[in-house]
Amino acid sequence: MSTRPDARAEVLRRVRAAQPTAPVRVPRDYAADDGPAGVELVDLLVDRLEDYKAAVRRCTADALPAVVGEYLAGAESLVAPAGVPETWLSSFEGPVARDSGALTVADLDAPGVAVLTGCAVAIAQTGTLILDAGPDQGRRLLTLVPDHHVCVVRVDQIVERLPAALRRLADPTRPLTMISGPSATSDIELNRVEGVHGPRRLEVVIVS
Amino acid sequence: MSGNVVTRLPFPVAARRELGDEQLRRNLRKATHTIRDKRLRVVGEVPDWEPLRVAGAAIKDDVLARLPDLLEQFEAAATAAGATVHWARDAEEACAVVAALVQATGTAEVVKVKSMATQEIGLNEALEAVGIHAVETDLAELIVQLAEDTPSHILVPAIHYNRTQIRDIFASKMADVDATTLTDDPPALAEAARRHLRSRFLSTKVGISGANFAIASTGTLAVVESEGNGRMCLTLPETLISVVGIEKLLPTFADLEVFLQLLPRSSTGERMNPYTSLWTGVTPGDGPQTVHIVLVDNGRTDTLADPVGRQALRCIRCSACLNVCPVYERVGGHAYGSVYPGPIGAILSPQMSGEGANRTLPYASTLCGACFDACPVRIDIPQVLVHLRQSGVDAARGRPSAERTAMRTMSYVMRDRRRYAAALRAARRGAAPLRMVAGRRGALRRLPWPLSAWTSVRDAPLPPKQTFREWWAREHSS
Amino acid sequence: MRIALFVTCVNDLMFPDTGKAVVTVLERLGHQVEFPLAQSCCGQMHANSGYREEALPLVANFVKTFSAYDAIVAPSASCVAMVRESYPRLAPSPSVSAVAERTYELSEFLVDELGVTDVGARFPHRVTYHPTCHGLRMLRLGDRPRRLLEAVEGLSLTPLSGAEECCGFGGTFALKNPGVSGAMLADKCAAVVATSAEYLAAADNSCLTHIGGGLSRGSSPVKPIHYAQILASR
Repeated sequence: MSTRPDARAEVLRRVRAAQPTAPVRVPRDYAADDGPAGVELVDLLVDRLEDYKAAVRRCTADALPAVVGEYLAGAESLVAPAGVPETWLSSFEGPVARDSGALTVADLDAPGVAVLTGCAVAIAQTGTLILDAGPDQGRRLLTLVPDHHVCVVRVDQIVERLPAALRRLADPTRPLTMISGPSATSDIELNRVEGVHGPRRLEVVIVS
Repeated sequence: MSGNVVTRLPFPVAARRELGDEQLRRNLRKATHTIRDKRLRVVGEVPDWEPLRVAGAAIKDDVLARLPDLLEQFEAAATAAGATVHWARDAEEACAVVAALVQATGTAEVVKVKSMATQEIGLNEALEAVGIHAVETDLAELIVQLAEDTPSHILVPAIHYNRTQIRDIFASKMADVDATTLTDDPPALAEAARRHLRSRFLSTKVGISGANFAIASTGTLAVVESEGNGRMCLTLPETLISVVGIEKLLPTFADLEVFLQLLPRSSTGERMNPYTSLWTGVTPGDGPQTVHIVLVDNGRTDTLADPVGRQALRCIRCSACLNVCPVYERVGGHAYGSVYPGPIGAILSPQMSGEGANRTLPYASTLCGACFDACPVRIDIPQVLVHLRQSGVDAARGRPSAERTAMRTMSYVMRDRRRYAAALRAARRGAAPLRMVAGRRGALRRLPWPLSAWTSVRDAPLPPKQTFREWWAREHSS
Repeated sequence: MRIALFVTCVNDLMFPDTGKAVVTVLERLGHQVEFPLAQSCCGQMHANSGYREEALPLVANFVKTFSAYDAIVAPSASCVAMVRESYPRLAPSPSVSAVAERTYELSEFLVDELGVTDVGARFPHRVTYHPTCHGLRMLRLGDRPRRLLEAVEGLSLTPLSGAEECCGFGGTFALKNPGVSGAMLADKCAAVVATSAEYLAAADNSCLTHIGGGLSRGSSPVKPIHYAQILASR
């Protein structure tokens, strides 16, 4: 299918002919920065994650392998992107598949598969994890097809609000996924119900 | 100016049909009141909500002001990132572009993310006509598709069904569901949808989406969703085709900091929706390796040409105006005859479809103003409704009209003190004999046409024996 | 301060007692009120129905009639909204804006300009208050009428559920879409009846006519009353 120069020219001609408005100044009087330091970001993040039915644990770096291991206790196998540190999954005793781009959808859809990743940044105010396909997050399908996602968040990755989070992203043209709680729908009588197509178990470990 | 935005029935006629459905009214009341309360709660949490609304409106106005440049910028950035950008003047052209792209892949089935643009252009019907089956994967769209119905809401197209009706639709239309054990428990219904669609997600070669936002500076598209069906369609297929209205642009990635705060709280009443996906062209090894974007006009430039009406193009399809609208709450979306129902539909559909069609929609409002208060991008819907009424009246000035004669006569009488005083006296005297009819209640139960519409469900009062100005003149005569 | 009463066309013919009540209240507070006889209709129905051309002479008449006054006070939220919000858009000019800015709904004038909430009224009845759409969302009257009513001796104010929802009047909407209007009215009447108030008060007699017509048809004993008439009672 080639592009249609006639359609392109015609749409652009119409837009120009519509004589759009004079230049507009955008007042940005909203809170573009995080609030003053001292706001208990971790508490806020935990509260917001739990509100949307994600499970959350806080721990030290030393305790991380054990906490991850507890979350993965029922999993039959584990998938992890190449950049996830070996120590994170050291307590998991089942088979581990490191993704180098070769894992298939069928591999990931097998019963009992869990996935362990890090994240790029987390937003406390909304309980949101942002994945940017970095080395410890991997391809998008890794955190989509398995029914169980364990995500490790470092305390220094937490910001208070969305604007600060977007500024933290290294490259906005990488594939981005913003995750706020497990898969859910509001389509039945406009009430939120958890558990549709995405991972139905979302567990977050906040490590200091 | 084609597709599913033109109403076939005048609004009052379609509304009368819908008003007769008691179940519909109960379903809508429950759903809209639920979402109203949720929205108020989460909006109340945001101290800078009003500055965010102001910024959102201004960013969209800025986009409309610089649309030609931003469209070219978007095209260049998306192309550089590996996407192929197509343009379509109207619905037919957009459908033809998509159909040809799908046919070129050799597949006969596509999975779809919920998208107003594809509903608007009638894509599913167009694909079906060339032998391609489009599977709707959003839960509400799936319900509507299985029921062979049409959407009645921008965000929740199946809002007119309650859980029991949804259960019955699933039980009778899903081949893979056990009708004897399926309950109307919402988690059970969500589970049924998951099972029904899973294999299709994992095997279908072509995904079709819209986009909530298109970033001009980077060529990035964004889809805001809840269930993960969007992620499935955007990630697993080999080919992704996104149909995007030309007004969906935002100048820069940073502008998302405004809209990703405004949209979820306004639409589902959540601080943040479960999933938002952003992608820029093709990423080697991750997601679809063939990416197409179809930029659609379909009446948007006509809307842009109206200095008052163009603010409708700020719309981010959140549905907050539908959810707070007392008219929508009583009649539902089908009465509007367009995929864009409710207050925003009443100003968008007539503008997109051009003059003549949808003429009754600007009158489908009491101008109560609840829509403007709820709108995250401050579209002054009542102002545009009045403006469109005015355009309609002005366009019809050559033809005789009883209403215009009445308006003109009243205006003539009321602009002059003596004519006006005489008319008030005459009205008071003329009503005197009616007091006999009115009896003790002092009110009339039946008036002649066109006021009979008033007395169909309410009594009409009678003027008292003295007008205010008569009283004043008497009081101040000495 | 020269204060003019803009009584509105609906009140002039149908509800003269509301106009009298405004005069009573303002005089009780020590102010003299004038009633310029050249006034007629603000043109709201024309403008909102799309008849801008027919509304413009009425705009001109209003501006001419009231330009000499320091304050123009009206017992109608929707007419004041028309003057203040729509006039400058319909007929942009400095003289129009100047008059529009000096036009007040009664509660705004009492609370904001005169600084009064207790107007010395007595009304020993159960009252519920419907904040009309244009008062609520165009003029943003907020709690001003409520504060005035709460200061009335003997009055007990009962909350109205779904108070902020439109009654379904909408000017010609009630005639063009009688079915939807009737459905909205039925819900509003049910909410009013459920309060077991004796009176339904509001800042607009047009909305009160609509709800009152529904209450009367349903043989409800709840009586519609403009809140100015409550403030005038003692």
